Amino acid sequence: MTKHAVLAGAATTEPMIVMAAVEKWYGGFRALADINLTVRRGERIVLCGPSGSGKSTLIRCINHLEAYQKGEIRVGGTRLGDDGRSIEAVRREVGMVFQHFNLFPHMTVLENCMLAPMRALKLGRREAEATARGLLERVRILEQADKYPAQLSGGQQQRVAIARALCMRPSVMLFDEPTSALDPEMVKEVLDTMIALAGEGMTMICVTHEMGFARQVADRVIFMAEGSIVEEAPPDTFFTQPRHERTRKFLGEILRPH
Amino acid sequence: MGVGEFLFLLTGLKWTLALSAIGFLCGSAGGLAIALMRTSGVRALERLTGGYIALFQGTPLLMQLFVVYYGLALGGLHLSAWVAVSIGFTLHASAYLGEIWRGSIEAVPRGQTEAASALNLGYAARMKDVVLPQAIRISLPATIGFLVQLIKGTSLASIVGFTELARAGNIVSNQIFQPLLVFGVVGILYFLMCWPLSLYGSHLERRFAVATR
Ligand SMILES: Nc1ncnc2c1ncn2[C@@H]1O[C@H](COP(=O)(O)OP(=O)(O)OP(=O)(O)O)[C@@H](O)[C@H]1O
Ligand SMILES: [Mg+2]
Repeated sequence: MTKHAVLAGAATTEPMIVMAAVEKWYGGFRALADINLTVRRGERIVLCGPSGSGKSTLIRCINHLEAYQKGEIRVGGTRLGDDGRSIEAVRREVGMVFQHFNLFPHMTVLENCMLAPMRALKLGRREAEATARGLLERVRILEQADKYPAQLSGGQQQRVAIARALCMRPSVMLFDEPTSALDPEMVKEVLDTMIALAGEGMTMICVTHEMGFARQVADRVIFMAEGSIVEEAPPDTFFTQPRHERTRKFLGEILRPH
Repeated sequence: MGVGEFLFLLTGLKWTLALSAIGFLCGSAGGLAIALMRTSGVRALERLTGGYIALFQGTPLLMQLFVVYYGLALGGLHLSAWVAVSIGFTLHASAYLGEIWRGSIEAVPRGQTEAASALNLGYAARMKDVVLPQAIRISLPATIGFLVQLIKGTSLASIVGFTELARAGNIVSNQIFQPLLVFGVVGILYFLMCWPLSLYGSHLERRFAVATR
């Protein structure tokens, strides 16, 4: 697999997301411990680690789907607190794609993409529709605009979900295992969409075990275990010279042919 | 039974329909408010509405009508039978519909709310555009089932002197001394209101079961 020329060195030095000493508790269980992470604008991060290590929790804290208890999270200069105003300001910058797509089943593909721009950005119907059609075209699914999500394949649904998030013009995209609910033959179409997005300079944090994708687009791969960041490195180093025993063990499990 | 008696029954039927409609419509508004408070995440509101639901589900409808009718009169508020039973049925339906819709709201997958939140939709848009349309669809069979119960339950309004279908039947039967015939006709009228609704409810239930398989 060759690295696309456009993908190299797209990241700037401007910090987009800063997590400083973040802790997250579920009752008496510490799901995140002392997370320190800075993501620069344009940077692509791949987050991996065993099940239950806190990958979802980490990215869900960034757009406040989960509240955090200690430390600080900043997104594009806004300090994320528990108040509606800062949450709204942060969510304006951050789009998210879920493992199970979470499209709205009672709306067509087009309506799915128009709802948030009309409600949250107060766009007019016409403008929202133009934006939606443009982005559906970009994920190459415009011809399905008037169908309902249940009429689409998993891969198509996930591409709609990506377009829906992009309609809000986010500066950052979070992906939580976007391909792990898909049949194998549909993984590529979604990864290709994400690779294209990376090529356009989008800041991305992707929770994924698609190591080919990590090699191709990631600026950094981060490995988590038990709520902590264990190791982070550029993909070349990460895959060829992992420093920690846990990382090696994890890579051994995940790279072993199934 | 002559035409005059039958027309009198139809007048009773009209009031039964009117009372059912009022109870259901006002009860829907109240039930929606209760369901939203019950799922609001605000402890005090959840407790309050939980208590309200428990109270109305835990006591007989007849007693609720008595309390509204005589209780308010004792408190110096003299309401006509019509207003009193309307209030009684509204309170009753609010509790039941509130509980049905609470369950339906909670049955909408969490991912839906999360996706809406991630798209920066506020509470109102999340509910109105994303959660409630799905919750209402889920609740339809149970909601229709409750409407059927409500229509039949209006016969209890006769106790406080409200002349709906059952009481109209009673009056006619006392006039012409043919209780079996009269109540047979009354029964058929109830059946004609309730049965199509029940059929529609189970049709929706089947369709829903297929859709979620
Ligand atoms: N709502 C919750 N309440 C209590 N504990 C939770 C909750 N959500 C997650 N956890 C716990 O927090 C830990 C981290 O969960 P998280 O979902 O972030 O893991 P993950 O790395 O995304 O795992 P997976 O690969 O399975 O998705 C797990 O031990 C999980 O059981
Ligand atoms: Mg996860």
